[in-house]
Amino acid sequence: MATTSSVPKYPTGGAGGVKPPASYGNRSFFARNPSALIFIACLAVFTLVVTLASEAYGGGFLSTSFVKTLGKTLCLSLVALAMDLIWGYAGILSLGHMAFFALGGYMIGMWLMYARTEEIVVTALSQGGLPATPEEVTQGIANQIFGVVGSSDLPAIWSFAYSLPLQLSLALAVPGLLALVFGWLAFRSRVTGVYLSILTQAMTLALALYLFQNDSGLRGNNGLSGLQNLPGLGQTSQDLVSIWFFWASALALGLGYLTLAWVVSGKFGSVIRAIRDDEARVRFLGYPVEVYKLFLFTLTALIAALAGVLYYPQAGIINPAELAPIASIYLAVWVAIGGRGRLYGAVIGAAFVSLLSSLFTSGRLPDIRLGPLPLNWVDWWLVILGLAFVAVTLFAPKGIGGLFDRFLRIATPDRKGAPLGPDDGSLQEQEAQQ
Amino acid sequence: MNLTRRTLLTSAAAAAALSVPRTAFAQGETIKVGVLHSLSGTMAISETTLKDTMLMLIEAQNAKGGLLGKQLEAVVVDPASDWPLFAEKARELLTVSEVDVIFGCWTSVSRKSVLPVIEELNGLLFYPVQYEGEESSKNVFYTGAAPNQQAIPAVDYYLEELGVTKFALLGTDYVYPRTTNNILEAYLIGKGIAKEDIFVNYTPFGHSDWSKIVGDVVALGADGKKVGVISTINGDANIGFYKELAAGGVTADTLPVVAFSVGEEELSGLDTTNLAGHLAAWNYFMSADTPENAAFIAAWKAFIKDDKRVTNDPMEAHYIGFNMWVNAVTAAGTTEVDAVSAAMIGQEFPNLTGGMAKMLPNHHLTKPVLIGEIRADGQFDIISQTDPVPGDAWTDYLPESAVLEADWAELKCGMYNTETSTCVQLKSNY
Amino acid sequence: MRLTALFVAALFWLAPSPSLAQEAAAIVAENRDQIEKPSRQTIGPVIAALAASGDTMADDILSAWADKRLVIRKADDALLIAGPDGDGFILRNLDGSEAGAAEKADLTELKPNAGVRGLIAAALVQFTLSDPDPMRRGAALTSIARDPQPETLDALRASIPSETDPALKTQKERLGRFLTLRFDPDPSARVAAIESLGADTSLDTRAALNPLVATTRIATAGEPAGNIARPLSLGRDLTQAEAYALLVAADLAPARLTLEEQRAVLVANIVNGAVGGIPVDELNTQAARDRAYTALEAAGTVPTAATDDEAKAALAAHRFFDAYVETDPSVTAAALAALTSIDRKVGLMQAADLGLDALSLAAIYFLAAIGLAITFGVMGVINMAHGEFITIGAYTGFVVQQLVPDYTLSILIALPLAFAVTFAAGVAMERLVIRHLYKRPLETLLATFGISIALQQILKNVFGTQARPLTAPGWLDGALEFNDVVSISYIRIAIFVLALLFLCFFLYLMKRTRLGLEVRAVTQNPAMAASMGINPDRINMLTFGLGSGIAGIAGVAIGLYAKVTSEMGADYIVQSFMTVVVGGVGNVWGTLAGATMIGSLQKVIEFLNPSNTLAAQTYMILFIILFIQFRPRGIIALRGRAAGD
Repeated sequence: MATTSSVPKYPTGGAGGVKPPASYGNRSFFARNPSALIFIACLAVFTLVVTLASEAYGGGFLSTSFVKTLGKTLCLSLVALAMDLIWGYAGILSLGHMAFFALGGYMIGMWLMYARTEEIVVTALSQGGLPATPEEVTQGIANQIFGVVGSSDLPAIWSFAYSLPLQLSLALAVPGLLALVFGWLAFRSRVTGVYLSILTQAMTLALALYLFQNDSGLRGNNGLSGLQNLPGLGQTSQDLVSIWFFWASALALGLGYLTLAWVVSGKFGSVIRAIRDDEARVRFLGYPVEVYKLFLFTLTALIAALAGVLYYPQAGIINPAELAPIASIYLAVWVAIGGRGRLYGAVIGAAFVSLLSSLFTSGRLPDIRLGPLPLNWVDWWLVILGLAFVAVTLFAPKGIGGLFDRFLRIATPDRKGAPLGPDDGSLQEQEAQQ
Repeated sequence: MNLTRRTLLTSAAAAAALSVPRTAFAQGETIKVGVLHSLSGTMAISETTLKDTMLMLIEAQNAKGGLLGKQLEAVVVDPASDWPLFAEKARELLTVSEVDVIFGCWTSVSRKSVLPVIEELNGLLFYPVQYEGEESSKNVFYTGAAPNQQAIPAVDYYLEELGVTKFALLGTDYVYPRTTNNILEAYLIGKGIAKEDIFVNYTPFGHSDWSKIVGDVVALGADGKKVGVISTINGDANIGFYKELAAGGVTADTLPVVAFSVGEEELSGLDTTNLAGHLAAWNYFMSADTPENAAFIAAWKAFIKDDKRVTNDPMEAHYIGFNMWVNAVTAAGTTEVDAVSAAMIGQEFPNLTGGMAKMLPNHHLTKPVLIGEIRADGQFDIISQTDPVPGDAWTDYLPESAVLEADWAELKCGMYNTETSTCVQLKSNY
Repeated sequence: MRLTALFVAALFWLAPSPSLAQEAAAIVAENRDQIEKPSRQTIGPVIAALAASGDTMADDILSAWADKRLVIRKADDALLIAGPDGDGFILRNLDGSEAGAAEKADLTELKPNAGVRGLIAAALVQFTLSDPDPMRRGAALTSIARDPQPETLDALRASIPSETDPALKTQKERLGRFLTLRFDPDPSARVAAIESLGADTSLDTRAALNPLVATTRIATAGEPAGNIARPLSLGRDLTQAEAYALLVAADLAPARLTLEEQRAVLVANIVNGAVGGIPVDELNTQAARDRAYTALEAAGTVPTAATDDEAKAALAAHRFFDAYVETDPSVTAAALAALTSIDRKVGLMQAADLGLDALSLAAIYFLAAIGLAITFGVMGVINMAHGEFITIGAYTGFVVQQLVPDYTLSILIALPLAFAVTFAAGVAMERLVIRHLYKRPLETLLATFGISIALQQILKNVFGTQARPLTAPGWLDGALEFNDVVSISYIRIAIFVLALLFLCFFLYLMKRTRLGLEVRAVTQNPAMAASMGINPDRINMLTFGLGSGIAGIAGVAIGLYAKVTSEMGADYIVQSFMTVVVGGVGNVWGTLAGATMIGSLQKVIEFLNPSNTLAAQTYMILFIILFIQFRPRGIIALRGRAAGD
């Protein structure tokens, strides 16, 4: 089977946008990326509306649980952005990016659990007549956290959990390092295409299986829970906490969008699109393809980890099921439905599918009667999603984002000179049709 | 399937649209009962039955004239075996649908996910499944068995009745088997069993390749001691395990297996002719010979419109829990959580297996412990039934929790350290 | 164990005294409460009395009781012996007289537990060891073997000469040796019995020998008494803490103060906000607390606790040994010698057994992956719905078993039917979806994933979430046992044979048939193949259908040995892809090598870490990831034009 690491067997039209148009330097970033400006404006308006409708700062039209859902959706959109960069722009279909997302969550979760438990333990011990020794506090914390899973020792990986700055840096360092090492190994041996997809899937599966073990030191199947209760803010209502996290998620998404828009708009963006369209040719042009890919892989892993750091305190619990291969596949599904190769597409896809999913599984929608067959949404939602996904792949490879093209009457998408499809397969097909 | 649809008709009407929480229903017309069981995903296999049980109980109560002169209304949501979703749905039930009580959860992790929400919003949860203990929340009533109501009596049965001196603790790798096995290990060592004579193995969920593990367990008998297996293997994985046991010719006489998670429902996926004599410990078996049980089974079969459906232990737990809640609400004259909680303690209701279940101040029940031998028809012969055992939230066999006690009547604390006479924390551990 | 010994002793002591004889029915009536709710702990004397009563009915009553045929008639609360008679029961009184018939609903069966049944069987041994019915004699032997007691040795020996059945005779002699080596008062007879066993690896031999070499840990200040197995050295054989615990248990040293106790003592001795002169506020380190405690000790308010130095001195003053429970050194030496040679053989056999397990797992992986080896390996189509085809196959088997109750026949129908159903599904999928995506492999992955979740949910909606039974025919029950260590179940052998058949079928198809030739041509160069008159569309369709069909058959096989649920296929999909990738794409030998490697690797890791199967799976996948890094094209990499690039 054809993989992209080979000499191309066919000529491609033009140099694939490796060389930026001359006008690049003369136009401002926003002028070149009007979508970024529109996106930021939309996000700001959305944040304002939600804040004004929330229970904490506004009319209370939106329940706290829905604000949490919206905040989580923003985080998912952020990780979808990362996925779009690595897949839509660079053509690397990673089926393991939710592992980085969840690792970030685990790292921040450790601090949240430790600090909250520390408060409880110190209070409890101080009632006992003597001030607590540090050993007693540590032992008490270990008992509280691990008593639930039948252990009473604090594993070594919890060594830094007492400090927010240390654990926050770990939240980025651990997924970043994992991505760096894994990516270096994989790209170095020129694992590409579907093989890389399967390999990344194996990575997240191995990690999930590892974390499922009780001995992993992260509470096995139970995972870390009670993360919504922020240490030191025990009395603060979740109405407030939820909106704070919503703001933080919106800010992260906005910054993430700008960063990625900036990354893909420059020369770097042209090179990675070129790698997607013909990796071998870029390599022969003298670009260190592996370095580009490794940088992208790690960068997107970091973004995913950041999204995880913000997501799990809103979800309240993280456990190894979050790393299951299916989670990463869903991530790809969101991006595909939203539209690959355009950043706003990823955001739309993630928000659209995950909100729809929560609507359909809520059991709120009335059944529809199709003649004698009642259609129950809880039962059939996954079937609909699956088939819709097939349909999108077959008939609308541009996803929901394609609607914008139609609406804006963009006949051929402005893809900075790149050929049509997001991977060389569709290019070949296009040529075959011509 | 039919039932799911019926549920959703009611719940869809009950729940408001996402953004308009408090307008859909005039307050005070009905008493809302939240049902928080997974209807999709891996746990749907067990939890769908409990959702149906709740609907049956609510329908029966409404037929009796409802509660406090109002009709009961089920609000069914689907947390889809997704643990974070349990927390989200619980919050939705309490703040958007404003239910008065929630019946739900199966796995420990789902309970731990829901706990902070329930405690924050002062909700009321009835948890119907046997679990690992080490918890007592002000807002939760545990109607399933604590370890001393299932695991410890089963081990006693092994030690005293079968003369087992060597133990294989096989479990799925998650919190219930881990904690239960820890407690059992401590208990067995206390009973004079050497640590070397306790073999422990953990397998993943849905494990299917059992030949080596069964071989290992059979080989334990090489030192001439009588070996017994204590299985906390969960769900589907049991099917492969029992098939391998049957294929290996492991009979209950040579190597008995007592399971804590295998009931009538799980056995319906198996041919049990070769498994006759293996054991299970529960607080309820469908074969219990009492008039209450006969009526319950008849009602269930009529409700589910399937003569082959079986009943199981968590169903009984919901049956007792729901009826106790109804009585507590009647006694308190309100559905307000604190009043109902206070009225719950001391409530008595007849078990389906005979005798009375009583709600203790630690929010656990007194229940008889039953040990059954598997029959060829997939049912159990009850060969041992104890007097009602009071549920113990904090086990006495682990040093860390032996000093802890839960008492919501006098001490008003779920984690009270009797050594230092202090309340460690008012919220529970999650 | 001791309990049974007492009971059997009582039994044999009572047996020869007919003056105590009493009618069995009277004994039962006297102990009615106990018999209705028996416990192994307390029922012993009653069974012993019955067995010793000399009444001929005692045997009948005990047998009936053990078989759950002792019943209470609800109408008059009478205890009766029931015999099956059609749907109902024929009843007899305990003295043997007829008591009419009854329906099941009129009776309550007594259900003694397995422990009590064991006691009854042991009591029946005296009746059955020389019973004319060989079945009952065999049952008596089983009962003795399960719980050997010294008192049975003479009775067993006495029954050997008169034994007519050669098989039973051998069994009796063997059992006699086991009893001799444990209970004979003469050490030389015991040694002779041990030596006569040779290097017999069977489980019961080891079970008889191992108790002879059981040891206990002892601590002593002077020379050790008894049959010493070996001295223990601190740090290597046992930790300081363990050793000190031994000393404490033997009352050779005082128990050490735990931190909790220290804290409690300190709290109890707070005087004016200080303990031993140290203010409470400063007691927030262990060192400060130790100082406070020492101050209290010095003041004499608390008893002196052993310090580290004293503990060390106590440890140094004592020696630690493993001592045999068995007191006779000649017996332990003989047993040890016998066990050493047995253990060597057992080790080899365990390796063989592990090999069989690995082969069997490899066969399962191969079977799950071979369909994928066709669709992915040959055609290059990523089919994430492959797992669901396995599931569909298994459900087909389940449906057939619902319609055809005969298990053998139903499997024979199910196998081809599963192939047909999944072949059709595969063809439909190829025509509707995959055909359009041949040039976009990554999108095939996603589209087939969409089909996978849809199919899984549809199956769940149709068949429910409960696991469904798929039962193997009777002739596949049980296991092929080479000996007590090496055995493999027939169902696994069947799967292995099936996997072999598929391997041969695949090889034949690809190398020897027109279709295989065309498939190879189309996959290498569709345009060229088309110009040679091959219809690539048709070939692709057939090949994909074939791969899917094989997945369906694999589903039936996997369902037979494990479970049938809508998620069973999903368990195999990642593993199957890795099998194909590790083995090397496009080559069935590669898939075989991949399955063998993954299967054996998993078994070896499981062997090294028997208590955690999950860890085995984790490390196996990690290994695969690393393996692919260093051999990206798998174990058997295609070269040249066939490699595609």
